[in-house]
Amino acid sequence: MAKSPHLSRREFGAILTAFLGTVIGAVVGLPAIGYIISPALKTQSKEAWVPLGPLDNYPVGVPTLFTFTRTKVNGWEKTVNSYGVYVFRKEGGEIEAFSNLCTHLSCRVTWQAEAGEYICPCHDGHFDTQGEVTFGPPPRPLDKYEFKIEDGNLSILLREA
Amino acid sequence: MSTAQKVYTWLDERLGLTGIYNVVLDRKVPKVNWWFTLGSASLFLFVMQGVTGIFLTVYYVPSPDHAYDSIQYIMNGVSFGWLIRGIHHWGATLMVVVVSIHMLRTFYLAAYKYPREVTWLTGVVLFLATLSMGFTGYLLPWNQRAYWATTVGTEIPGTAPLIGPLVTRVLRGGADLSAVTLARFFSVHIWFLPAIIAATIGIHIYLVIRLGISSIPDKDD
Repeated sequence: MAKSPHLSRREFGAILTAFLGTVIGAVVGLPAIGYIISPALKTQSKEAWVPLGPLDNYPVGVPTLFTFTRTKVNGWEKTVNSYGVYVFRKEGGEIEAFSNLCTHLSCRVTWQAEAGEYICPCHDGHFDTQGEVTFGPPPRPLDKYEFKIEDGNLSILLREA
Repeated sequence: MSTAQKVYTWLDERLGLTGIYNVVLDRKVPKVNWWFTLGSASLFLFVMQGVTGIFLTVYYVPSPDHAYDSIQYIMNGVSFGWLIRGIHHWGATLMVVVVSIHMLRTFYLAAYKYPREVTWLTGVVLFLATLSMGFTGYLLPWNQRAYWATTVGTEIPGTAPLIGPLVTRVLRGGADLSAVTLARFFSVHIWFLPAIIAATIGIHIYLVIRLGISSIPDKDD
Protein backbone atom coordinates (compact mmCIF):
# COMPACT_ATOMS: atom_id res chain seq x y z
CA MET A 1 0.00 0.00 0.00
CA ALA A 2 1.39 3.43 -0.94
CA LYS A 3 2.31 5.66 1.95
CA SER A 4 -0.27 8.41 2.33
CA PRO A 5 1.16 11.91 2.80
CA HIS A 6 -1.38 12.43 5.56
CA LEU A 7 -1.15 11.31 9.17
CA SER A 8 -2.41 7.80 9.63
CA ARG A 9 -4.89 7.04 12.39
CA ARG A 10 -2.10 5.28 14.32
CA GLU A 11 0.38 8.12 13.91
CA PHE A 12 -2.23 10.59 15.08
CA GLY A 13 -2.96 8.38 18.09
CA ALA A 14 0.75 8.12 18.93
CA ILE A 15 1.29 11.89 18.70
CA LEU A 16 -1.83 12.64 20.73
CA THR A 17 -0.81 10.12 23.39
CA ALA A 18 2.71 11.56 23.62
CA PHE A 19 1.31 15.10 23.85
CA LEU A 20 -1.27 14.29 26.51
CA GLY A 21 1.33 12.24 28.40
CA THR A 22 3.69 15.20 28.45
CA VAL A 23 0.94 17.57 29.62
CA ILE A 24 -0.18 15.18 32.38
CA GLY A 25 3.46 14.53 33.36
CA ALA A 26 4.08 18.26 33.71
CA VAL A 27 0.81 18.95 35.54
CA VAL A 28 1.61 16.23 38.06
CA GLY A 29 5.41 16.31 38.04
CA LEU A 30 6.01 20.01 38.63
CA PRO A 31 3.71 20.20 41.70
CA ALA A 32 5.46 17.07 42.99
CA ILE A 33 8.80 18.88 42.92
CA GLY A 34 7.23 21.87 44.68
CA TYR A 35 5.71 19.52 47.24
CA ILE A 36 9.11 18.08 48.14
CA ILE A 37 11.14 21.29 48.28
CA SER A 38 8.61 23.86 49.58
CA PRO A 39 9.59 23.64 53.29
CA ALA A 40 13.16 24.46 52.26
CA LEU A 41 12.02 27.65 50.56
CA LYS A 42 10.29 29.11 53.60
CA THR A 43 12.69 31.26 55.57
CA GLN A 44 11.90 33.15 58.71
CA SER A 45 14.41 35.94 59.13
CA LYS A 46 14.47 37.42 62.58
CA GLU A 47 16.39 39.99 64.56
CA ALA A 48 16.15 40.16 68.31
CA TRP A 49 18.04 41.65 71.21
CA VAL A 50 18.67 38.90 73.75
CA PRO A 51 19.43 40.04 77.32
CA LEU A 52 22.42 38.33 78.90
CA GLY A 53 22.01 39.82 82.40
CA PRO A 54 24.18 42.26 84.35
CA LEU A 55 27.70 42.69 83.06
CA ASP A 56 28.90 42.06 86.62
CA ASN A 57 27.93 38.39 86.21
CA TYR A 58 30.82 37.96 83.80
CA PRO A 59 34.28 37.78 85.40
CA VAL A 60 37.09 39.75 83.79
CA GLY A 61 39.69 37.69 81.90
CA VAL A 62 37.74 34.43 81.75
CA PRO A 63 35.45 33.57 78.81
CA THR A 64 32.07 32.74 80.36
CA LEU A 65 29.28 30.83 78.69
CA PHE A 66 25.71 32.09 78.67
CA THR A 67 23.06 29.78 77.23
CA PHE A 68 19.51 30.47 76.18
CA THR A 69 16.85 28.88 74.02
CA ARG A 70 14.52 30.26 71.41
CA THR A 71 11.63 28.58 69.65
CA LYS A 72 10.50 28.76 66.08
CA VAL A 73 7.96 26.89 64.01
CA ASN A 74 9.11 24.12 61.69
CA GLY A 75 6.33 22.36 59.83
CA TRP A 76 3.57 21.67 62.39
CA GLU A 77 5.84 21.86 65.41
CA LYS A 78 7.72 24.34 67.53
CA THR A 79 11.42 23.65 67.53
CA VAL A 80 13.45 24.73 70.55
CA ASN A 81 16.94 25.79 69.55
CA SER A 82 19.64 26.34 72.15
CA TYR A 83 22.28 29.00 71.79
CA GLY A 84 25.57 29.57 73.57
CA VAL A 85 27.44 32.85 73.87
CA TYR A 86 30.94 33.17 75.32
CA VAL A 87 31.28 36.60 76.91
CA PHE A 88 34.90 37.62 77.25
CA ARG A 89 35.72 40.75 79.26
CA LYS A 90 39.29 41.79 78.73
CA GLU A 91 41.45 43.53 81.33
CA GLY A 92 41.19 46.87 79.50
CA GLY A 93 37.39 46.86 79.72
CA GLU A 94 36.92 45.68 76.14
CA ILE A 95 34.19 43.06 75.60
CA GLU A 96 33.68 40.32 73.01
CA ALA A 97 30.67 38.04 72.60
CA PHE A 98 31.44 34.89 70.60
CA SER A 99 29.00 32.35 69.27
CA ASN A 100 29.93 28.87 70.48
CA LEU A 101 29.17 27.40 67.04
CA CYS A 102 32.33 26.03 65.47
CA THR A 103 32.84 27.67 62.08
CA HIS A 104 33.84 24.31 60.62
CA LEU A 105 30.63 22.25 60.75
CA SER A 106 28.60 23.81 63.57
CA CYS A 107 29.45 21.61 66.56
CA ARG A 108 29.69 23.49 69.86
CA VAL A 109 33.08 24.69 71.07
CA THR A 110 33.93 24.81 74.79
CA TRP A 111 36.42 27.01 76.58
CA GLN A 112 39.23 24.84 77.98
CA ALA A 113 40.90 26.89 80.70
CA GLU A 114 44.02 24.73 80.98
CA ALA A 115 44.65 24.96 77.22
CA GLY A 116 43.59 28.59 77.11
CA GLU A 117 41.59 27.87 73.97
CA TYR A 118 38.13 27.11 72.67
CA ILE A 119 38.18 23.52 71.45
CA CYS A 120 35.66 21.79 69.23
CA PRO A 121 35.19 18.10 70.10
CA CYS A 122 34.10 17.03 66.62
CA HIS A 123 37.21 17.63 64.52
CA ASP A 124 39.61 19.17 67.03
CA GLY A 125 39.33 22.78 65.89
CA HIS A 126 41.06 25.26 68.24
CA PHE A 127 40.39 28.98 68.67
CA ASP A 128 42.26 31.45 70.86
CA THR A 129 40.72 34.06 73.21
CA GLN A 130 40.27 36.41 70.26
CA GLY A 131 38.33 33.72 68.40
CA GLU A 132 41.13 33.24 65.86
CA VAL A 133 41.79 29.73 64.54
CA THR A 134 45.01 28.28 65.96
CA PHE A 135 44.63 24.65 64.92
CA GLY A 136 42.44 22.32 62.91
CA PRO A 137 39.98 22.61 60.04
CA PRO A 138 37.82 25.70 60.87
CA PRO A 139 37.91 28.08 57.89
CA ARG A 140 37.35 31.34 59.80
CA PRO A 141 37.37 32.82 63.31
CA LEU A 142 34.47 32.36 65.72
CA ASP A 143 31.47 34.53 64.88
CA LYS A 144 30.98 37.61 67.06
CA TYR A 145 27.63 38.97 68.21
CA GLU A 146 26.88 42.65 68.09
CA PHE A 147 26.17 43.76 71.66
CA LYS A 148 25.10 46.72 73.77
CA ILE A 149 25.26 47.64 77.43
CA GLU A 150 22.38 49.54 79.00
CA ASP A 151 22.30 50.33 82.73
CA GLY A 152 25.03 47.75 83.25
CA ASN A 153 23.03 45.03 81.47
CA LEU A 154 24.50 43.20 78.50
CA SER A 155 22.43 42.30 75.43
CA ILE A 156 23.40 40.70 72.14
CA LEU A 157 21.78 41.07 68.74
CA LEU A 158 20.62 37.71 67.42
CA ARG A 159 20.29 37.67 63.64
CA GLU A 160 18.80 34.70 61.86
CA ALA A 161 18.60 34.30 58.13
CA MET B 1 19.98 4.16 10.73
CA SER B 2 19.59 7.03 13.18
CA THR B 3 21.37 7.06 16.54
CA ALA B 4 18.11 6.45 18.39
CA GLN B 5 17.44 3.39 16.24
CA LYS B 6 20.98 2.12 16.82
CA VAL B 7 20.56 2.50 20.58
CA TYR B 8 17.20 0.75 20.41
CA THR B 9 18.58 -2.09 18.29
CA TRP B 10 21.52 -2.53 20.68
CA LEU B 11 19.19 -2.67 23.68
CA ASP B 12 16.59 -4.82 21.93
CA GLU B 13 19.18 -7.44 21.05
CA ARG B 14 20.10 -7.74 24.73
CA LEU B 15 16.77 -7.09 26.49
CA GLY B 16 14.25 -8.46 24.01
CA LEU B 17 12.15 -5.29 24.07
CA THR B 18 10.31 -6.13 20.87
CA GLY B 19 9.38 -9.50 22.33
CA ILE B 20 7.98 -7.84 25.44
CA TYR B 21 6.05 -5.38 23.32
CA ASN B 22 4.57 -8.11 21.14
CA VAL B 23 3.58 -10.32 24.04
CA VAL B 24 2.41 -7.68 26.54
CA LEU B 25 1.00 -4.81 24.51
CA ASP B 26 0.35 -6.18 21.02
CA ARG B 27 -1.43 -9.36 22.03
CA LYS B 28 -4.53 -10.48 20.21
CA VAL B 29 -7.83 -9.71 21.87
CA PRO B 30 -11.39 -10.60 20.85
CA LYS B 31 -13.90 -7.90 19.94
CA VAL B 32 -14.63 -6.32 23.31
CA ASN B 33 -15.97 -3.07 24.75
CA TRP B 34 -15.11 -0.37 27.26
CA TRP B 35 -15.98 -2.57 30.21
CA PHE B 36 -12.83 -4.51 29.40
CA THR B 37 -10.62 -1.49 30.21
CA LEU B 38 -11.35 -1.62 33.94
CA GLY B 39 -8.47 -3.95 34.74
CA SER B 40 -5.99 -1.52 33.19
CA ALA B 41 -7.77 1.29 35.02
CA SER B 42 -7.38 -0.61 38.32
CA LEU B 43 -3.67 -1.09 37.64
CA PHE B 44 -3.26 2.58 36.84
CA LEU B 45 -5.09 3.56 40.04
CA PHE B 46 -2.90 1.23 42.09
CA VAL B 47 0.25 2.82 40.66
CA MET B 48 -1.18 6.29 41.22
CA GLN B 49 -2.09 5.47 44.82
CA GLY B 50 1.41 4.09 45.30
CA VAL B 51 3.10 7.21 43.96
CA THR B 52 0.92 9.71 45.83
CA GLY B 53 1.16 7.54 48.96
CA ILE B 54 4.96 7.59 48.79
CA PHE B 55 4.81 11.36 48.51
CA LEU B 56 2.46 11.63 51.51
CA THR B 57 4.90 9.72 53.72
CA VAL B 58 7.38 12.57 53.22
CA TYR B 59 5.36 14.61 55.75
CA TYR B 60 2.89 12.27 57.42
CA VAL B 61 3.84 10.98 60.88
CA PRO B 62 1.89 7.91 62.15
CA SER B 63 1.68 8.89 65.80
CA PRO B 64 -1.28 10.20 67.81
CA ASP B 65 0.79 13.29 68.67
CA HIS B 66 1.54 14.19 65.09
CA ALA B 67 -0.79 12.41 62.65
CA TYR B 68 -3.54 15.05 62.61
CA ASP B 69 -1.18 18.05 62.68
CA SER B 70 1.10 16.61 60.02
CA ILE B 71 -1.89 16.23 57.69
CA GLN B 72 -3.01 19.79 58.45
CA TYR B 73 0.52 20.80 57.45
CA ILE B 74 0.27 18.80 54.21
CA MET B 75 -3.05 20.51 53.41
CA ASN B 76 -2.11 24.07 54.36
CA GLY B 77 1.65 24.37 54.70
CA VAL B 78 3.17 22.38 51.87
CA SER B 79 2.96 23.49 48.22
CA PHE B 80 0.48 21.28 46.36
CA GLY B 81 0.01 19.12 49.47
CA TRP B 82 -3.76 19.50 48.98
CA LEU B 83 -3.32 18.13 45.44
CA ILE B 84 -1.26 15.08 46.41
CA ARG B 85 -3.56 14.20 49.30
CA GLY B 86 -6.65 14.98 47.22
CA ILE B 87 -5.53 12.57 44.49
CA HIS B 88 -4.80 9.90 47.10
CA HIS B 89 -8.15 10.47 48.84
CA TRP B 90 -10.33 10.41 45.71
CA GLY B 91 -8.13 7.81 44.03
CA ALA B 92 -8.83 5.47 46.94
CA THR B 93 -12.58 5.78 46.51
CA LEU B 94 -12.29 5.47 42.75
CA MET B 95 -10.11 2.37 43.06
CA VAL B 96 -12.71 0.58 45.18
CA VAL B 97 -15.38 1.52 42.62
CA VAL B 98 -13.33 0.50 39.58
CA VAL B 99 -12.10 -2.76 41.09
CA SER B 100 -15.68 -3.63 42.10
CA ILE B 101 -17.07 -2.96 38.63
CA HIS B 102 -14.15 -4.90 37.11
CA MET B 103 -15.12 -7.85 39.29
CA LEU B 104 -18.83 -7.55 38.40
CA ARG B 105 -18.00 -7.43 34.68
CA THR B 106 -15.91 -10.60 35.03
CA PHE B 107 -18.78 -12.26 36.87
CA TYR B 108 -21.60 -11.22 34.55
CA LEU B 109 -19.63 -12.14 31.42
CA ALA B 110 -18.63 -15.49 32.97
CA ALA B 111 -14.96 -14.73 32.36
CA TYR B 112 -13.98 -16.55 35.56
CA LYS B 113 -14.63 -19.99 34.03
CA TYR B 114 -12.09 -22.56 32.78
CA PRO B 115 -9.21 -21.96 32.23
CA ARG B 116 -9.31 -18.66 34.16
CA GLU B 117 -10.24 -19.83 37.65
CA VAL B 118 -6.87 -18.86 39.13
CA THR B 119 -7.12 -15.41 37.57
CA TRP B 120 -10.45 -15.03 39.36
CA LEU B 121 -9.03 -16.29 42.66
CA THR B 122 -6.10 -13.84 42.53
CA GLY B 123 -8.69 -11.21 41.68
CA VAL B 124 -10.55 -12.08 44.87
CA VAL B 125 -7.33 -11.52 46.83
CA LEU B 126 -6.82 -8.18 45.06
CA PHE B 127 -10.40 -7.12 45.78
CA LEU B 128 -10.12 -7.95 49.49
CA ALA B 129 -6.69 -6.30 49.69
CA THR B 130 -8.13 -3.18 48.05
CA LEU B 131 -10.92 -3.01 50.65
CA SER B 132 -8.32 -3.55 53.39
CA MET B 133 -6.32 -0.66 52.00
CA GLY B 134 -9.40 1.50 52.35
CA PHE B 135 -10.00 0.28 55.89
CA THR B 136 -6.42 0.82 57.11
CA GLY B 137 -6.01 4.13 55.28
CA TYR B 138 -9.20 5.48 56.84
CA LEU B 139 -7.65 5.55 60.33
CA LEU B 140 -4.49 7.43 59.35
CA PRO B 141 -5.87 11.03 59.43
CA TRP B 142 -6.57 10.39 63.15
CA ASN B 143 -9.57 12.71 63.19
CA GLN B 144 -12.92 12.00 64.84
CA ARG B 145 -14.30 10.16 61.84
CA ALA B 146 -11.17 8.01 61.54
CA TYR B 147 -11.12 7.20 65.24
CA TRP B 148 -14.77 6.22 65.53
CA ALA B 149 -14.90 4.43 62.19
CA THR B 150 -12.02 2.25 63.31
CA THR B 151 -13.56 1.76 66.74
CA VAL B 152 -16.66 0.39 65.02
CA GLY B 153 -14.73 -1.45 62.31
CA THR B 154 -12.55 -3.31 64.80
CA GLU B 155 -15.55 -4.00 67.06
CA ILE B 156 -17.47 -5.81 64.30
CA PRO B 157 -15.24 -8.91 64.08
CA GLY B 158 -15.45 -9.01 67.89
CA THR B 159 -19.04 -10.24 67.58
CA ALA B 160 -17.87 -13.49 65.95
CA PRO B 161 -18.10 -16.46 68.31
CA LEU B 162 -14.99 -17.74 70.12
CA ILE B 163 -12.24 -15.97 68.20
CA GLY B 164 -14.02 -12.61 67.78
CA PRO B 165 -12.57 -10.84 70.82
CA LEU B 166 -9.08 -12.06 69.91
CA VAL B 167 -9.43 -10.73 66.36
CA THR B 168 -10.43 -7.32 67.72
CA ARG B 169 -7.41 -7.28 70.02
CA VAL B 170 -5.07 -8.33 67.22
CA LEU B 171 -6.44 -5.61 64.93
CA ARG B 172 -6.06 -2.99 67.64
CA GLY B 173 -2.81 -4.28 69.07
CA GLY B 174 -4.43 -4.43 72.51
CA ALA B 175 -7.77 -3.78 74.13
CA ASP B 176 -8.03 -0.13 73.08
CA LEU B 177 -7.60 1.95 69.99
CA SER B 178 -4.19 3.47 70.63
CA ALA B 179 -0.87 4.56 69.21
CA VAL B 180 -0.19 0.85 68.65
CA THR B 181 -3.29 0.64 66.44
CA LEU B 182 -2.28 3.66 64.40
CA ALA B 183 1.27 2.36 63.91
CA ARG B 184 0.17 -1.11 62.81
CA PHE B 185 -2.55 0.23 60.50
CA PHE B 186 0.09 2.46 58.92
CA SER B 187 2.51 -0.43 58.55
CA VAL B 188 -0.12 -2.68 56.99
CA HIS B 189 -1.27 0.18 54.75
CA ILE B 190 2.14 1.04 53.32
CA TRP B 191 4.08 -2.28 53.52
CA PHE B 192 2.06 -5.48 53.92
CA LEU B 193 -0.88 -4.74 51.65
CA PRO B 194 1.04 -3.00 48.85
CA ALA B 195 3.49 -5.94 48.79
CA ILE B 196 0.62 -8.43 48.63
CA ILE B 197 -1.19 -6.41 45.95
CA ALA B 198 1.92 -5.91 43.82
CA ALA B 199 2.82 -9.61 43.93
CA THR B 200 -0.76 -10.69 43.22
CA ILE B 201 -1.09 -8.21 40.35
CA GLY B 202 2.02 -9.85 38.90
CA ILE B 203 0.35 -13.28 38.90
CA HIS B 204 -2.98 -11.83 37.74
CA ILE B 205 -1.44 -10.04 34.74
CA TYR B 206 0.80 -13.01 33.90
CA LEU B 207 -2.32 -15.14 33.65
CA VAL B 208 -4.18 -12.55 31.59
CA ILE B 209 -1.28 -12.46 29.13
CA ARG B 210 -0.82 -16.25 29.15
CA LEU B 211 -4.48 -17.15 28.71
CA GLY B 212 -5.70 -14.15 26.76
CA ILE B 213 -9.03 -12.56 27.61
CA SER B 214 -12.33 -14.27 27.06
CA SER B 215 -14.72 -12.98 24.45
CA ILE B 216 -18.21 -11.77 25.27
CA PRO B 217 -20.45 -14.86 25.50
CA ASP B 218 -23.04 -15.11 22.75
CA LYS B 219 -26.48 -16.71 22.75
CA ASP B 220 -25.15 -20.25 22.35
CA ASP B 221 -22.64 -20.10 25.20
